[in-house]
Amino acid sequence: MTERERSHAYQFRAAVLALMFTLFLAGCKKTPPPPPPPPPPAASAPTAPTPPARATINSFTAEPSSIERGQASTLSWSISNATDMTISGGVGAVQSQGQRQVFPTSTTTFTLTANGPGGSDTRTVTVNVSTPPPPPPTAPPPPRLSSSDLLQQQAQDAYFDYDKSDVRSDARDALTKDATLLRQIFAQDPNFTVVVEGHCDERGSAEYNLALGDRRASSARDLLVQLGVPADRLKTISYGKERPQCTEANEECWQKNRRAHLSPGQ
Amino acid sequence: MKRILVLGTIVIGCLGSAWAQQVVGEVNKRGEKPKIAVPDFRGGGDAQRLMDVFNRTLAGELQNSGQVNLVAKTLYPLRVPQQPQDFRPPLNGQSQGPWLTDWSGPPVNANYLAFGYTAVQTNQLILSGWLYDVAQSSASSAQLVGKVYLGTVDEDGARKVAREFAADILKQFGAVSLLGSHIYFVSDRTGHKEIWSMNYDGTDQKQFTSYRTITNFPVVAPDGTKIAFTTYPLLASSKAAAPNDPRAALNQQRQNLGQPQIFVHSLETGRKLVYYNQQASMNAASDFMPDSRHLLIYSSAGGGYSIYETDLDGGSIQRLTHSSAIDVEPKVNPKTGADIVFVSGRGGMPQIYKMNIDGTDVSRLTTGEGEAVNPCWSPDGQHIAFAWTRGFEPGNYNIFVMDVATREVVQLTHGAGRNENPVWAPDGVHLVFSSTRAGRTEIYTMLADGTNVQQLTNQGNNEKPVWAKGIQ
Repeated sequence: MTERERSHAYQFRAAVLALMFTLFLAGCKKTPPPPPPPPPPAASAPTAPTPPARATINSFTAEPSSIERGQASTLSWSISNATDMTISGGVGAVQSQGQRQVFPTSTTTFTLTANGPGGSDTRTVTVNVSTPPPPPPTAPPPPRLSSSDLLQQQAQDAYFDYDKSDVRSDARDALTKDATLLRQIFAQDPNFTVVVEGHCDERGSAEYNLALGDRRASSARDLLVQLGVPADRLKTISYGKERPQCTEANEECWQKNRRAHLSPGQ
Repeated sequence: MKRILVLGTIVIGCLGSAWAQQVVGEVNKRGEKPKIAVPDFRGGGDAQRLMDVFNRTLAGELQNSGQVNLVAKTLYPLRVPQQPQDFRPPLNGQSQGPWLTDWSGPPVNANYLAFGYTAVQTNQLILSGWLYDVAQSSASSAQLVGKVYLGTVDEDGARKVAREFAADILKQFGAVSLLGSHIYFVSDRTGHKEIWSMNYDGTDQKQFTSYRTITNFPVVAPDGTKIAFTTYPLLASSKAAAPNDPRAALNQQRQNLGQPQIFVHSLETGRKLVYYNQQASMNAASDFMPDSRHLLIYSSAGGGYSIYETDLDGGSIQRLTHSSAIDVEPKVNPKTGADIVFVSGRGGMPQIYKMNIDGTDVSRLTTGEGEAVNPCWSPDGQHIAFAWTRGFEPGNYNIFVMDVATREVVQLTHGAGRNENPVWAPDGVHLVFSSTRAGRTEIYTMLADGTNVQQLTNQGNNEKPVWAKGIQ
């Protein structure tokens, strides 16, 4: 409810009360004497002209009253009996009721001046403008990973069964991810090549493992090529059992060594 | 001169091979070996300080030959002859001094007596050594060896004359001398696998290659003039890494290596010879043909893992197997040059197969159990030694010997670590092999019956031994 509405409500309630009181008085007197003649109205000086009402600012607000620079505040006002209404601070002439968005760049006091034939009224509101904190220093763009680092951090090994070089389903999943990674790396880095290394666990003979590792590397290479990796960017090498990932003599370790591994080429 | 020596080596090799068969038989029937008494030799003057080394070397050479038994010294008579003049035949049943029967009778019961002495003359160590057959009735008919040997006046000289004398003694029993033979092997003691060489008793270990990557699988030509092996060449970009780069250590681990290739070096000059590798992701040297002019290799050229024969420079290539499986480790029969044994995965786990030199008539030699790898022919071309996991978990190889004609096998090692890459000595009586029985992989020799095991290396890991005849 606005101020104005509130004041109307008071006036209305007062009138109703007055009427009810009059009816009460009238109703209680059973045998009312004839009323005296009404006194002459004291104030009524029918000869003097009614002076015009004074201009009144019923309300003038800024919502919100504190903003950060660049944000908006809404000025709202309500004025009675004014003929000429202006708001300072670049807003200018306004109607008797209204709202206006303002975008002050610093703390600004808006002055509403209402002039009317019965006098003028002035009210002010202040919109506090704070400078926004400087933006957090933009994190330096993450250092662009070299293709080598990207490969070494993200490529997954493909694991094999003992004395086998066919690609298991878990190895296929790993190589499918690797294929996506490789296509991405190769797209960014046209000179980059990758070596597909084949490795074996320590148990077979070194001579046989040289061939078995080569066969694992080429199985992995063939799948990568099927998955769209350009064949001319891949080279294979068998390390047999010369470069174990893990040196303990147990199946967990042996499994880690039976693998195809991607490493940066020349 | 060299040609004559090489020819001589071949002739001796052929004679020796004929004997080797008998010797293997003899070794297997222990106790029938000739019994030799070898009393400690004494040295005159300055030579005496070298006699400890001399006596140990002489006894060791004879003992380790596997071809004779030494009679325990505690049984020897007190009167020990030092030269032929010391023998005095008994007169009317009365002993007049040292005599042959002192050695042939109880408790010594020797068949032979080695004796002699050393002295220093004109700055040389001189050994006078004799071998007598003590079953003979006279000293003059007893003499089998009587010879003078010269060496430097130091421990090396003492060892040299002892080895030469031992070689002459062993020749009497048909043994091929191991004198001058070398064992080439792979050692990682420098931090990289390189080819090394040593004497067959483990002395004089020397680095042969310095590729600083991974060098593996040596094979030596039968004439002893060339060695072939397989190396991962270091590619240019990793060579260029600055030596004081803090990442040098890391770079070393991540060396940029090329695909494994065959290298051939001269053993006379040590230099690398030209060998053109096939365009393939993997080429590995496996054996020389008996003519020392051709190589057997295995390669991934042609899409498989197959066996090829090439010239010494890699030319005139011939493909011998066409299986879709892995075929590796071809070894040609040194006697006939006509049969090849090799390892193949064509039937499942790796097994040893045999075929003709042209690739025909393939048959499996091992039973199909476990994994059978690392075949090596005996010099007589009748036996192969190999590594087999039969009866053991994968990886736990033991050394076996198979008579190729009958396919009978004898197991020589019994579960002491991984025992791999058995290779026959030129004498056909010894085997060299690698074993993890003492923790790291080290090189050992033993007799072809599995006895008399000697450890030759103890620095780093040492493996892939080959026993090469000496060129002298």
